[in-house]
Amino acid sequence: MLNPRLRFLAVILLAVLAVAGCATQPPPPQQTPPSGAELDALRPSGDTAAEVPEPLGPAKPLSPLDDPNSPLYNKVVYFDYDTAEIRPQDTDLLRTHAAYIYRTPGVTVTLEGHTDERGTRDYNLALGDRRADAVQQFLVAEGVPPEKLRRLSYGEERPAESGSTERAWALNRRVELVY
Amino acid sequence: MQRPSITTTLLFAALLALVCSAGAQAKLTIEITGGVEGAQPIAVVPFGDVDGARPDVDIADVVAADLARSGKFKPMPRREMLMTPHREEDVDIREWQLLAMNSLVVGEVMPRAGGGYDIHYELLDVFSGKKLLADTVSSTSKGLRNAAHRIADAIYEDLTGEPGIFATRIAYVTSSGRNSRVVLRVADADGYNAQTIVDSAEPIMSPNWSPDARKLAYVSFEGRHSAIYVQDLASGRREQVASYEGINSAPAFSPDGRKLAMSLSKDGNPDIYVLDLTTRQLTRLTDHYAIDTEPAWSPDGSQLVFTSDRGGKPQIYRMSAAGGPAQRVTFEGDYNAAASYSPDGNALVMVTREGGRFRVVVTDTNGGSRRYVSSGPLDESPSFAPNGDMVIYATQNNGRGVLVATPLSSGASHRLSQDSGEVREPAWSPLLH
Repeated sequence: MLNPRLRFLAVILLAVLAVAGCATQPPPPQQTPPSGAELDALRPSGDTAAEVPEPLGPAKPLSPLDDPNSPLYNKVVYFDYDTAEIRPQDTDLLRTHAAYIYRTPGVTVTLEGHTDERGTRDYNLALGDRRADAVQQFLVAEGVPPEKLRRLSYGEERPAESGSTERAWALNRRVELVY
Repeated sequence: MQRPSITTTLLFAALLALVCSAGAQAKLTIEITGGVEGAQPIAVVPFGDVDGARPDVDIADVVAADLARSGKFKPMPRREMLMTPHREEDVDIREWQLLAMNSLVVGEVMPRAGGGYDIHYELLDVFSGKKLLADTVSSTSKGLRNAAHRIADAIYEDLTGEPGIFATRIAYVTSSGRNSRVVLRVADADGYNAQTIVDSAEPIMSPNWSPDARKLAYVSFEGRHSAIYVQDLASGRREQVASYEGINSAPAFSPDGRKLAMSLSKDGNPDIYVLDLTTRQLTRLTDHYAIDTEPAWSPDGSQLVFTSDRGGKPQIYRMSAAGGPAQRVTFEGDYNAAASYSPDGNALVMVTREGGRFRVVVTDTNGGSRRYVSSGPLDESPSFAPNGDMVIYATQNNGRGVLVATPLSSGASHRLSQDSGEVREPAWSPLLH
């Protein structure tokens, strides 16, 4: 089975090839924002049915955080424009992470808040902080000790996807759980 | 096949010379965009070299380029000059009247005993033949461009009644794509002498000048966390002044240089604080569950404007620098942010969203009399030039970040870009005296 890092690289390579292939005739930029389902499909793993595996069990050397079949593989939640409200479809994912962080000794998580490029940079830095704060408050309400969490806003300075399309913007409005 | 015209060849040679002289340091390139209607005709005659002076800067060329960039002057091309006097007594004023010039600048460069140069220049009114200005500027060999900018400032001030801003500097942030190095630079207002202030693998944001133009405050993520630094430009020494949990952002020097306003989220969510740089006392000015950020001082230091979404959407608010309640300033539009004052305190410039486009708008101090300065769609980081005559902001040009300076009265805009990568977050220095 392909290591996730290699898989990621392969995806990038394919994307680069795809872009290079249509260099002479670029497709029109996508103007409709991706739906929640589309965003979910863009995530590294679509599998949401699996149970939380035992962390660091001797029989399973692969951490659930790195296992594409684990729901914990998915570490990004997305936001609507100019809001820090957690979307209802992301609460299950955050609860799964909360349970894992709660019961795994020694684990700390940085909550990285990001925004899309629209609007001013300093306001976006504040908005990214708000998003990270919203996720932090959710996790703490689920029982995670606050000292296991750290929030860090990058505002619009670290986009996941470049370009000025609705799709890129939707992918950039996010909080990443960095273990 | 068509032969390249002489102009094309010359242009190519000029470009090549530019590229070669730029060396390894990335240079800001300036292009004048738009028309120059209403620009005054002026002739800046090549300066004479006296007593074996061999300056490596063409003073008259720098002066003419400065005046052209202001959008208020249209310097005469050299090839159209029939004579090149260097002193008033050699000027035949009727010739310049026939050439329909308004003003004439002549001058010469002399070596100084012990090194450097004296530059003597004269500004003549072509219509009356009167001498408007005569002065001698001393310069080191290295400081010749700056001396030329100071001459252009004096000419500009004499002819327009406004202080010139050619001998000022611009701070800006550059990067060449996602996850590449981010560099904070300072360059002369004409893009030359670009100097690196900080070079980092992590984001750098929000440069802000001290009122004496000797220091820059900025936000850097080099510790994998936002922190505010104040750096002395001459010595390179710097100090971390805010590195709390959460965001440390949007530093703004008070007009007396003693305080730094900022937005911190250490107490839960982003609020405005003021740090006294002498006593190190930190005072919280706002305490609201909304986002409060982007503080900017009124020129007299008595008030602060800032961005807050306490009404649901980002709008500009104003409060006393001593604290107390905040009043909402902007009511038009559902996104107004990053406001700052004009040097005379009579206007604000800010980013507004209009029809989905982020544009730069100038308003009176109550948010009224809105006048759009840019067309968007992703314009940001606007501020007034130190003489209040222009607004500089960041915009996208063919998908690349560039800076644009636009005059508020008449004249052409100019665009500042780097040959590669993007340029953003311009901050124009105060006047350097």
